[in-house]
Amino acid sequence: MLSRVANSVYWIARYLERAENTARIVNVNTNLVLDTPKGMSPGWEPLVMITGGHALFAEHYPELNERNVIRFLLTDATSTVSVLYALAQARENARTVRDVLPREVWEELNNLYQYARDNVQLGLSKRGRYEYVMKVIRGVQQLTGMLGGTMSNNMPYDFMVLGRNLERADMTLRILDVRSASLLPHAGGLRPFENIQWMSVLKSLSAYQMYIQHMGVRVHRQAVLQFLLQDRHFPRAVHRCVLRVETALRELPRHQQVLPCVEKIKASIAKVDVANLDPQGLHAFIDVQEAMLAEVGKAIGDVYFYAESLPLASEEVTA
Amino acid sequence: MAIRWSQYTHKGFHDELIGPRGRPWPAADHVAKYLRSLKDNEIDERRTAADLAIRAMGVTFTVYNQDGGAIDRAWPFDIIPRIIEKKEWTRIEEGLKQRVQALNLFIDDIYNEQRIIRDGIFPAELLETSTNYRPQCRHISPRFKVWAHICGSDLVRDKDGTMYVLEDNLRVPSGVSYMMENRLVMKRVFPELFEQVSIEPVDSYPSQLYDMLASLSPRPGDSPEIVVLTPGIYNSAYFEHAYLAQQMGAELVQGSDLVVGDDDKVYMRAVEGLRQVDVIYRRIDDLFLDPEAFNPESTLGVPGLMRAWKAGHVALANAPGAGMADDKVVYAFVPKMIRYYLDADPIIDNVPTYLCMNPKERSYVLANLDKLVVKPANESGGYGMLVGPHATVQEREKMGRLIRRNPRNYVAQPTLSLSTTPTLVGHGVEPRHVDLRPFILSGKTIQTTTGGLTRVALKKGSLVVNSSQGGGSKDTWIVDAEEK
Repeated sequence: MLSRVANSVYWIARYLERAENTARIVNVNTNLVLDTPKGMSPGWEPLVMITGGHALFAEHYPELNERNVIRFLLTDATSTVSVLYALAQARENARTVRDVLPREVWEELNNLYQYARDNVQLGLSKRGRYEYVMKVIRGVQQLTGMLGGTMSNNMPYDFMVLGRNLERADMTLRILDVRSASLLPHAGGLRPFENIQWMSVLKSLSAYQMYIQHMGVRVHRQAVLQFLLQDRHFPRAVHRCVLRVETALRELPRHQQVLPCVEKIKASIAKVDVANLDPQGLHAFIDVQEAMLAEVGKAIGDVYFYAESLPLASEEVTA
Repeated sequence: MAIRWSQYTHKGFHDELIGPRGRPWPAADHVAKYLRSLKDNEIDERRTAADLAIRAMGVTFTVYNQDGGAIDRAWPFDIIPRIIEKKEWTRIEEGLKQRVQALNLFIDDIYNEQRIIRDGIFPAELLETSTNYRPQCRHISPRFKVWAHICGSDLVRDKDGTMYVLEDNLRVPSGVSYMMENRLVMKRVFPELFEQVSIEPVDSYPSQLYDMLASLSPRPGDSPEIVVLTPGIYNSAYFEHAYLAQQMGAELVQGSDLVVGDDDKVYMRAVEGLRQVDVIYRRIDDLFLDPEAFNPESTLGVPGLMRAWKAGHVALANAPGAGMADDKVVYAFVPKMIRYYLDADPIIDNVPTYLCMNPKERSYVLANLDKLVVKPANESGGYGMLVGPHATVQEREKMGRLIRRNPRNYVAQPTLSLSTTPTLVGHGVEPRHVDLRPFILSGKTIQTTTGGLTRVALKKGSLVVNSSQGGGSKDTWIVDAEEK
């Protein structure tokens, strides 16, 4: 498999995942804002913080309000954190590797991008937002399913798994970081709206239902943190994502050069005692995990995408 | 409204579907009846279905806008097929094979013994002034003595119904992917017609192409490493490059993906490490292929590629230098080549061509500029052409001066009345001019596509079938009219 192609499929998966995640946090925040009384509402700023687009936002928008944030996150083609941008990038990458993608995947991705581009007004309207956002989420999920169902689970697919899971882990960490900052730990009893907010964190990651199944019906900080960081089975839990990265990596040649940094974050996530993390401690912990994730991404790039000198492949290896 | 053949007129032109007095040719009979039975809303439905299919399939070609950005346009497509009777096609097929065989023998001869020059059939001075002749290729003879492995020849039909070869594209001809996509669209839109009419399938092309390329591999073994070399996503034919790579299960590579080692072998940069490449189906022009051998500014190519090719470590299709027979002056010699190398008469004729380098023909051309089409020898896409009957006096005078200054660079041909075929306009049909580009594959054996790509000038009266200038395409059906 060509290094350039590996790079592209990796980014297709990352951008698709990013589009889905961004669409989902917009949807959840819309509901959260409707559910919380005025004055207690977290508003729309946290979303800009989650995507890390603060400076970019300030450059292009005079005011931090719902309409601007929605435009910034959904439909602004020049905003590098928007859903439309992510879909455009996924499509552009797909265009350069059309030969390795199953044909239906390309058609579907093309359709999804065109839908997102042609229905910007729908996405910006309060009434149409739900439909637009759900269409994007379902579209990406459909693509993920098609890829799993129609693409041989060999190298190109492994690179997609890497991209998707690194992006997922990253988003889970960001959401936890931003949301928990406004949610102070209260031993024992829950303040009325704190509960709703932790629920919204779970919902941002489509994790609410699985959380209840695994952790019980009570939603509280420690259990949410445990579930989203350390669960080995939930697809968006950081631990689970790292395990998927590890499995996919082991299928690839020369993985010994990347594996150590995956082991590092895996161990770090597994052994942390979330009960002992105060808000500052949590923030610092997440910072470190994000840096470790970035290291994994960089190692993958160095070994597989941008290598200056390459060894001769052994003859048995096939694409 | 609907489609009424009795009102369809194509005066002065041969029509591909409808003969005299609105009566369809036998091979088109069933289709004509079927189309006549469609109500307006049914026509709309079919058209919408085709548009949707094309959009969803992402069939595009790239055009450039003024800001230098590239946009992908959906491929303009007309849903009424162009139909060729099988018996006629069989003859055309033989003619194309004959032609390409002679062309390959000619190219091999020119780069080696040059018998045809010694025997006085082909003038030596033409070689010296040929822009696509590559001295770097002298004394090389690729496997099977084949240089133009993939050839796209343009066929046109004149008003008396005769098919002519208008030109042979021996460099990097494109369009075959559209031929295949058109068929897919048609099967989605008119499934019932495919059940009722025996239409020859077109989908064996990718496997034929693969087999031909594999047969060129210099390394023994069952699974040679074949790649398609593309200039990248901004090339107007990128869609096709990706399509063919995908259909053949070959890697689609760009110049930067390949590297030539000190051992003069070609490798691609892969996740596993470097992998040796055996056959390159290159869709990059000669001059950009290797900055060491040709244009040093080229960033699309692979430094050292010519070295590897000359050493016999990699096969290139088409071979560098094959384009020398792509010259419009050389074209005029093809009938002579067929007689010289194959000792046979050409099955398909050339359009009569006057060579301005010959004084007698030149004076005829200069005296008849108002009736002729004048073409420069080495331009493609209609650049620098003069269509006599449509040109102004000044334009004709200017062309006369150009011809006198550099006679070798010009040929002239009579203005042809390109055939027409019914094309959907609103809810009815109108005649539009078409040509046909079949593709011919040469390796150990020679094969052709079934039919080819029919290009249609969608503008009324226009003769320009080029997709960037208002041209579109149609599915081409080879139909056996006798099998009922």
